[in-house]
Amino acid sequence: MTPGDRAKRALKNLEAVAGNGLLHRRALLRGGATLAGAMTGYTLASGQQLSEDPWSLAPGVTVPDYGTRSKYEKNVVRTLSNPKGEPRTQHARTPHHLLNGTITPNSLHFVISHAGDPDIDPDKHRLVIHGLVKQPLEFSLDTLERYPMVTRMAFLECGGNSAPLFSGEPIQATVQALHGLVSCSEWTGVPLSILLDEAGIDPKAKWLVAEGGDPPHVSRSVPLAKATDDAMIALYQNGERLMPGNGYPMRLLLPGWEGNMNTKWVRRIQVTDQPGMTFYEARTYAPVLPGGKAYRFYFIQEVKSFITHPSPGLALKGPGFYEISGVAYSGAGRIAKVMVSADGGKNWAQAALQQPVLSKAFTRFRLPWRWDGGPATLQSKAWDEAGYEQPTRAQLVAARGETTKVPSVNGFPSQHYNAITSWSIERGGEVRNVYA
Amino acid sequence: MCTHKRLGLALVIVLVLCARVVFAQAPNLGKPISPSEIAGWDINILPDGSGLPPGSGTPAEGARVYAAKCAVCHGAEGKGGASARLIGGEPIKNMETDKTIANFWPYATTLFDYIRRAMPWRQPRSLTNEEVYALTAYILSLNKLIEDNGTMNAQTLPKVRMPNRDGFILRFPDRTP
Repeated sequence: MTPGDRAKRALKNLEAVAGNGLLHRRALLRGGATLAGAMTGYTLASGQQLSEDPWSLAPGVTVPDYGTRSKYEKNVVRTLSNPKGEPRTQHARTPHHLLNGTITPNSLHFVISHAGDPDIDPDKHRLVIHGLVKQPLEFSLDTLERYPMVTRMAFLECGGNSAPLFSGEPIQATVQALHGLVSCSEWTGVPLSILLDEAGIDPKAKWLVAEGGDPPHVSRSVPLAKATDDAMIALYQNGERLMPGNGYPMRLLLPGWEGNMNTKWVRRIQVTDQPGMTFYEARTYAPVLPGGKAYRFYFIQEVKSFITHPSPGLALKGPGFYEISGVAYSGAGRIAKVMVSADGGKNWAQAALQQPVLSKAFTRFRLPWRWDGGPATLQSKAWDEAGYEQPTRAQLVAARGETTKVPSVNGFPSQHYNAITSWSIERGGEVRNVYA
Repeated sequence: MCTHKRLGLALVIVLVLCARVVFAQAPNLGKPISPSEIAGWDINILPDGSGLPPGSGTPAEGARVYAAKCAVCHGAEGKGGASARLIGGEPIKNMETDKTIANFWPYATTLFDYIRRAMPWRQPRSLTNEEVYALTAYILSLNKLIEDNGTMNAQTLPKVRMPNRDGFILRFPDRTP
């Protein structure tokens, strides 16, 4: 086979598998180098001579004891809803459009703090387990360090993430503003079941009420079955101790469950025969349905996906090849499949899933796409191994409603929005949030 | 096949025994702590009234505490300010109706629990139990949920019937004990 034949074959692989230029998910891998050349058309400007740059000609800076990123990356930051720390909740949102892969760096993990981040002395912090147990127990951080630990990936998502998409009119904002209250980390800590076993659970016990050492002493009720399944007292995040905003020195981790239930700065767990009906479960995370009834104990962050590249603020630079990429996750298990559309949901192509696909963790999906410069509407739709599928916005709105007035992009008209997100590609390559 | 099944059974038994051994080897390093030692942190109030401390308060007492410590954020007589209003509320129709104590909160015990653990915002845990009872009584009376002279204590508070008690649907009944 001549190089020309190989190139022809590679280009054949680039035939669209679905409407508006979606290519086979393995097209880039199969095509290899030949294809890469065919795709980019990149050549050096004629006459350009490579030469040494200043940083290659003298010793660099001294290696720091705690690394910081390049100064050229300083625009990669969380957005803050309350930067002056006024007496209300603070939100810091993850810049998904400026990140890639599946792990959120600790300093960019989303944070919600209801009265600022407490400055906890780890030597004085205590975790108390009491209530319906044989023997109430107290654990210090040093003590917990001696217990058997587990490590797992898990996404954390605020129950109010994506709430701006409840707006009846699409709000023009970045993926960070719309979906920035979800992040994913590797967590290491002590299985809660070991500590509960040690205290000895009373047969009458059904719930536990977990409480933080933060100023509002945020408290939430957790069914005992979840607590003894995969719950963890997390001490490490991506290999290092938790950040203060994520619960230093310890937090409750309930993989796949509503973020607010994953009690940060956890200091007390009371085992009970009934839920506490605490402020955040009785009032805040109880989404109101059309007609006025409200859901109680939503617990699970249901299957969801969104495209991060391209997305609003990441304009396309002319027709040609692009990789559509995003994250998918489900609180009910592993992601089974992600489909991508470039024509607003008329035609779909299956995206490649980055391995390993882990339960209750971000799964990066990718699909090559050839933009012809015309109108396009990008969507992703995910399925999980439990058989749940991500709803369309129309399906979600039919069940849950939407607002008649456009709310603040920082507002929370309701909770638990997991419908499909649609990005419209305009003629100039700009990306807009639309409902399709 | 029969032998395989027996082997399988034997393996299961061995695994179960191993699991027990592992359990027996758990560090058991938790330090026993007595209820009196926990008391300073033991602030959960459950909907049946479990956890409510001794003491009591009336709306009139609560009005004085409110004016001094709460009105700066929540406005005079609970009408709202920089922070949420604590009085009134239209019947809940959809996500655009403001959730208020009167139209949404299902249990009056949540009021005591939340005031005591989280308020005032700048000085949480600074209120006495008597003050928390009084504030709870004041806010409930502002909303006509108790009589103007109704005293709140560990017996009366759990009996207050909130209007929206039955306004909820369990999202995952099979996971809710």
